[in-house]
Amino acid sequence: MDLVLQLLFTGIGIGAVYALVALGFVLIFRATNVVNFAQGEFSMVAAYLMVVFSVDLGWPYWLSFLLSLAGMALLGVIFNLGVYYPLRHRSFLPVIIATIGASILMANSVLAIYGPQPQVLQGWFDTPGIQLGPVYLDSQYLLIIAVTIALVIFNYWFFEHTMLGKKLQATSQDKEMASLLGISVSTMIMLTFIYSAVLGGLAGILVAPVLFVSIQMGSTIALKAFAATIIGGFGDVTGAIIGGLALGVIETFGAAYISVPYKDGFAFLVLILFLVFRPQGIFGERVAEKA
Amino acid sequence: MSAPSDNMPITVSAGRAKPLLLRHLPYFICAAVLVALAAGMQFDGYVLNILMQATTFSIAVFGLSVVLGLCGQINLAQAAFFGFGAYAVGIGTTDLHLNYWLCLVAGCVIALAAGAFLGMSTLRLGGHYLAMVTISFQQIVTLVMINDIALTHGPDGVSNIGRPALFQTSQGYLAFCVAMLAIVGYLVWHLPDTRLGRAMRAVRDNELAAGVNGIDVLRTKVYAFALCAALGGLAGGLFAGGFAYVSPDQFAFADSIVFLTMSLLGGVASPIGSAIGTGLLILIPEWLRFLKSVPGLYLAIYGLFVILIIRFMPDGIWGFVNAAFARWCAKAKAPAPSAALKLMPATVGGDIVLDVKGLSKYFGGLKAVDGVDIQVKRGGVHALIGPNGSGKTTTLNVLSGLYRATSGKILLDGTDITNMPPHQRTAAGLGRTFQNIRLFRSMTALENVEIGAERPGNTMIGEGGSAALTERALEALNFVGLGSRANELISSFSYGHQRLIEIARALAANPTLLLLDEPAAGLNSTEKLELHELLKRIAAQGLTILIIDHDMTLVSEAAQHITVLNFGRRIADGESMAVLRHPDVVSAYLGTE
Repeated sequence: MDLVLQLLFTGIGIGAVYALVALGFVLIFRATNVVNFAQGEFSMVAAYLMVVFSVDLGWPYWLSFLLSLAGMALLGVIFNLGVYYPLRHRSFLPVIIATIGASILMANSVLAIYGPQPQVLQGWFDTPGIQLGPVYLDSQYLLIIAVTIALVIFNYWFFEHTMLGKKLQATSQDKEMASLLGISVSTMIMLTFIYSAVLGGLAGILVAPVLFVSIQMGSTIALKAFAATIIGGFGDVTGAIIGGLALGVIETFGAAYISVPYKDGFAFLVLILFLVFRPQGIFGERVAEKA
Repeated sequence: MSAPSDNMPITVSAGRAKPLLLRHLPYFICAAVLVALAAGMQFDGYVLNILMQATTFSIAVFGLSVVLGLCGQINLAQAAFFGFGAYAVGIGTTDLHLNYWLCLVAGCVIALAAGAFLGMSTLRLGGHYLAMVTISFQQIVTLVMINDIALTHGPDGVSNIGRPALFQTSQGYLAFCVAMLAIVGYLVWHLPDTRLGRAMRAVRDNELAAGVNGIDVLRTKVYAFALCAALGGLAGGLFAGGFAYVSPDQFAFADSIVFLTMSLLGGVASPIGSAIGTGLLILIPEWLRFLKSVPGLYLAIYGLFVILIIRFMPDGIWGFVNAAFARWCAKAKAPAPSAALKLMPATVGGDIVLDVKGLSKYFGGLKAVDGVDIQVKRGGVHALIGPNGSGKTTTLNVLSGLYRATSGKILLDGTDITNMPPHQRTAAGLGRTFQNIRLFRSMTALENVEIGAERPGNTMIGEGGSAALTERALEALNFVGLGSRANELISSFSYGHQRLIEIARALAANPTLLLLDEPAAGLNSTEKLELHELLKRIAAQGLTILIIDHDMTLVSEAAQHITVLNFGRRIADGESMAVLRHPDVVSAYLGTE
């Protein structure tokens, strides 16, 4: 029982990271109807920026954190201008191929600069964790969960109760109508890319002390996050979060009770099961194209 | 080109078959020369390795030209399928001591089965899912190759892989691979002109239209995907025999990306492009070997390549060359058809062609169509009218199978089609056009109409040979007055003409019932008159039409019978003039005082 609780905690912690990246996926998908296959690389790049600022340059953790997020915002701008914007009038296939190209480009550029050796990043707190009854609560996992909860609340407030949030929603639902109402669609899409790059970056920085900082972390996280969006219901914000948490828990239990080397395979199995038996996910509605 | 002689289909087909073979003879001569060169020339080991790699990789990239180029579906796990073939030959000829040929076939079959399974679980959901699922699949396969040491030898890989007795020398084996490349290349080159290939292109261009033209969309996609996987498996099997050693790092996600880049660079639509792309991307890194000294740099450049090609050269090198070449060649003029279009709608059932009983379609709480009855009499023009939002187009979409009915029953010529998918309804005799035109935009008018003519169950095309299809399609295009422009691409036609091509596509299928969804929308007054004339000529041949339109002049002149919907319910039904004077109809259109 103690082990179960412990695993549940760890699972939710890692699931929260998937949820954050999944949220980035969903936001871009809703704004542009395109899945950004480089979403995971945003996490990876942010983690490396943290390593550069806080480890290599020895700057304070909070300053490195802010600089890294600023760097992600800039990357969001570059990504939008370099990859999405020139292809915005093409069908979805060229766009996703371009985002895959961008993902390969980012991962391997970092590899070329930093080499294949994984890097270590310290956690935010000096205290490693607290013992609560039978369960040991790792401080970094606690931070991840707290940030995720805070971001979900922020997200809700931002999209439902601010003018900018409503403009973004209008853009994602009907671009033509939004532009007729005087909303600058290209600005809104730019903001969406910035926001989701920062979200992905945040997830990467939070998870970096738990995992190693490596080139592969981006694609691993992205696959899990994408599986999470399908499990939750494609394009659904709540679904992405629930799906992310569920996947983190399933994976942690699978690794503990079934097999460690195949830990990364469980997400895929769950994904296939959902695709076969409930392709619309937990919260999604059936996908249908209008004639 | 001379017009085929009248009423002698046998001579026509015989006259066509011979030049086809003659036209392809140069290909086989070239292939034979290449095979002879591969077998006879003295290469040093380095050149031999490069040639072996280029040959086997090309076959794998041909697979991508089928699935991505022809069918428009993405596959980011081609290296995994390649790996299946390689490991089948590797493990089979070493640990299991099996015959090489058996292993090669087994590798193809395993890859085919895996591809078919992956396709069946994912392809009905669309491209994003497929991309992610294939990446996941690729990762799993890599995990298994590394971790299942008992089966795959883990990271050490499999060495001392065997070759067939016939091709023991490296040069002999290379010649065999080149021969395989030539055969596969020939098949992939001609795939677009086969029934399956046309179906793939139709699915790529417009899935909905493909479905209502009698193409089983899911099955077509699964075939394309499985075929791609099988070609990957074949290529992998050849590769394993060539290099005698395989290890997991040769079949990683990065290699799937390399295959994709090869395909995109050369031109995804054709095997020639695939071969060019593969050759370049194997040779260029050899010339720029210093790039390999920095890990990652080389793949980073591939990533950049992908973005740049997609943006600036979406059709690849071969597409670019082809487009430049096409500008210099005059369009081949379409031959005149030998006969006028005949419509012989099937007459299995009784007097009623379409019998709709209590049809409902709810979207959540919204009752878009609510208990509607329609009876369409054979040989007549029946109109379905109603104000905006009355449920007309929803009704049509339920009739053609794009939406599933919430309740009710649809009988077409006595056959219950209520639960059939769109392509089966089309096979049962339903034809339709769309309000927002849905043509296959990368094809010519003739090719579009040929896909319509190829409807399963069309009795007007005989055995369905390519000559008969072309003839039928030309007749249909001539019928709507566009026969002379048959070989032009869809984009060069005006909106009104595109509408006519859509009608021709439906007519070529020789349907029992033709559904026309607002055919007059967006047409100018001259075009409307022409449309009216066309409807008269169709009706004169006894084809039953169910038409939706807002143009009351057209509806009242063309239709003998009218059904009126409002708020999803039928409010009037009967002979045209009587219905149009019905007080409920007048108030639905003009409002009440």
